[in-house]
Amino acid sequence: MTTGRMSVRWRDDALPLALLGPAVLYLLLLIVLPMVQALVLAFQGDDGTFTLEHLRRMTGDVAFRDAIRNTLVLLILIVPAQIVLALVMALLVHSRIRGHEWFLYVYAIPLAISDLAAGILWLSVFTQNGYLNTVLQALGIIKEPIVYLSYENIAMVIGAIVIAESWRATALVLVILVAGLQLIPRDYFEAADLFGASRLRRTVHVVIPLLRPSLQSALIIRTIFAFTTFAAVFALAGRNLPVVAGEAYNWSVVARDPHVAAAYALVLLALAGAMTMVYLRVLGTSETQRAR
Amino acid sequence: MNARSIVIVLALVITACSTQGTPSGGAAATDQGSGFVFASTQFTPTTEQEAMRTKILAGYKGAPVDFITDAEGVILDRITAEAKAGGAGKVGLIGLENGQFGSLISGLQDLGSTMDKYKGIPADFVGLGKLGTATQYYVPWMQATYFLAVNKKALPYLPSGADVNALTYDQLITWGKNITDKTGKRMIGLPAGNNSLLHRLLQGYFYPSYTGGLVTTYKSADAETMWGAIKELWKYTNPQSTTYAFMQEPLQSEEVWIGFDHAARLINVLKAKPDDFVAVPAPAGPKGRYFMTVLVGLAIPKTTANQAGAAALIDYLLQPSTQIATLRENSFFPVVKVDIPGDLNPGLKLEADAVAKQAGAKDAKPVPLPVGLGAKGGDLNKAMVDTFQRIVVKGEDIRTVLNEQAALVQKAITDAGATCWGPDGSSTGPCQVK
Repeated sequence: MTTGRMSVRWRDDALPLALLGPAVLYLLLLIVLPMVQALVLAFQGDDGTFTLEHLRRMTGDVAFRDAIRNTLVLLILIVPAQIVLALVMALLVHSRIRGHEWFLYVYAIPLAISDLAAGILWLSVFTQNGYLNTVLQALGIIKEPIVYLSYENIAMVIGAIVIAESWRATALVLVILVAGLQLIPRDYFEAADLFGASRLRRTVHVVIPLLRPSLQSALIIRTIFAFTTFAAVFALAGRNLPVVAGEAYNWSVVARDPHVAAAYALVLLALAGAMTMVYLRVLGTSETQRAR
Repeated sequence: MNARSIVIVLALVITACSTQGTPSGGAAATDQGSGFVFASTQFTPTTEQEAMRTKILAGYKGAPVDFITDAEGVILDRITAEAKAGGAGKVGLIGLENGQFGSLISGLQDLGSTMDKYKGIPADFVGLGKLGTATQYYVPWMQATYFLAVNKKALPYLPSGADVNALTYDQLITWGKNITDKTGKRMIGLPAGNNSLLHRLLQGYFYPSYTGGLVTTYKSADAETMWGAIKELWKYTNPQSTTYAFMQEPLQSEEVWIGFDHAARLINVLKAKPDDFVAVPAPAGPKGRYFMTVLVGLAIPKTTANQAGAAALIDYLLQPSTQIATLRENSFFPVVKVDIPGDLNPGLKLEADAVAKQAGAKDAKPVPLPVGLGAKGGDLNKAMVDTFQRIVVKGEDIRTVLNEQAALVQKAITDAGATCWGPDGSSTGPCQVK
């Protein structure tokens, strides 16, 4: 082997590594390192020794069970609704019916608004003397304002949050699905048309199976976001509806205990990790399938 | 959490990114040393920040000052980080509430030698600035308190024989009941949402007024009576209260008629509708009319890069004209002797009257913010707010909850090593729940 050849081979090997370098560095510094720090914080006592005290404080806290339950309830209500909505919207955008090019822009508007701003916006709709009650009163549908955001009616509070979250974040799923739709070669649709498939059959048997990889990414991303849902809940529910991310914030900023906050962050990590595994198993698109 | 406070949070994020390099103090004619940061937990609403930068600090002719403000945690983290890093920090002056200084003590300068310059600060306030030690860690800067703002529409429902300027908690409950009976609405409002100051109402008003203490009496029989009374009051309290951070918005939209909150969280509605509202002293309980004095102080970190500049800024902020400007713009009351001007905004006048009536009531008893808890102050606040949540909102058994939560209160106090303060009297070791 000559030296020239070796250096070429070395360069061939080094290039992918060099290209991966920045991403790996980024992940190490901004994801892995803080994760390790959180782990240390959650299990380290003031004297630097290992302790389960912080975990005990978290699980013994008034809001702990409620926070886990509420987070899961919101997840179950928000994610499927958004996936279905986004799928319908994506098909509409993709359908090339008149004005279809405008749908994407209109649907994407809420994406440009921060989640906290969206929460405030919906608060001004749902608060007792807010827009919704004002309109309903003006139309004569109700006489007295309805209190939607009362601790006495948690179902209504959850409903308001689901509406606010769906409005804000469905477009995120939509963008992924539209991109997925555009990746599907037109030949498949033409073939389906050739065999006389109706629009519905085409959607069910051609589009959705081919959209599976995109659906999987959308589900994973949306689920992780649903776990960290916080701002809209903060705005609309106040103290009525503790969620895991909100408790992490409260422990860190209000109670100023980074240890318990880190413990909550680990709960989030575990929940999100578990759900991602489930998605990868259930919707698993193996390499061979993708290659086909 | 209400809309306004969220807007504030948003605005803070934006200003936090943009305040760098925008000195707000007057331009210095001569070299006054390097510019520095004045970090505070006060004046977080954007309008108050603006007023601070463009009006209150406008007359200051020293080194360029960059005023930044944020939630307690953020500001304390920044100051602590600078202290840990060593060397000369950017933060030259700190403006915090009395109770927020605790964890910073080791990084603060002794200001004892400068105190003689500032005349007319009440001795109590000067004493609080020592944070339970012999060293003067901060100079009192401004003060505030809590009281009731009342829509005049509520006045016809006052229980017979009750004087709105000398209410008792029982009368407040009956008042709320009268309104609910006649209008079908629950028109009392308590700030019980995220970012609210409910813990202060419990620490400085309900607890001492009913039990004559706070920590020592946390699970006493008097405390049981008090929680029973709060539950009764809650029946006539707007159920949206668990989302309220500031009472001024629900008062302005008339979701509630009677709101109990911090002066700075009521001022907007009083300024907007001075003719529709009255501001009255907090109610009295069986043990007296206890009220909380919020004292905000100024301290210089040891890491300051411009010692003389920070000291000059304290001088400026304590001048009577600056103290009055602070009252006019941001509704915090002076700590030095000043003549309150006659042309005060009508809303501020309402507040000033309420403050005077509250402090001057014959059964009035002032309580300071919790003393000596430092970073554990958050734990005490959480233990108290959770007690409220469990007893009042969730309806759990009072005795059981008090026994359980008292353990958490005791842990916060013991961890901090805080001796008794205010209504609890004094103690040699950490204050004990009895």
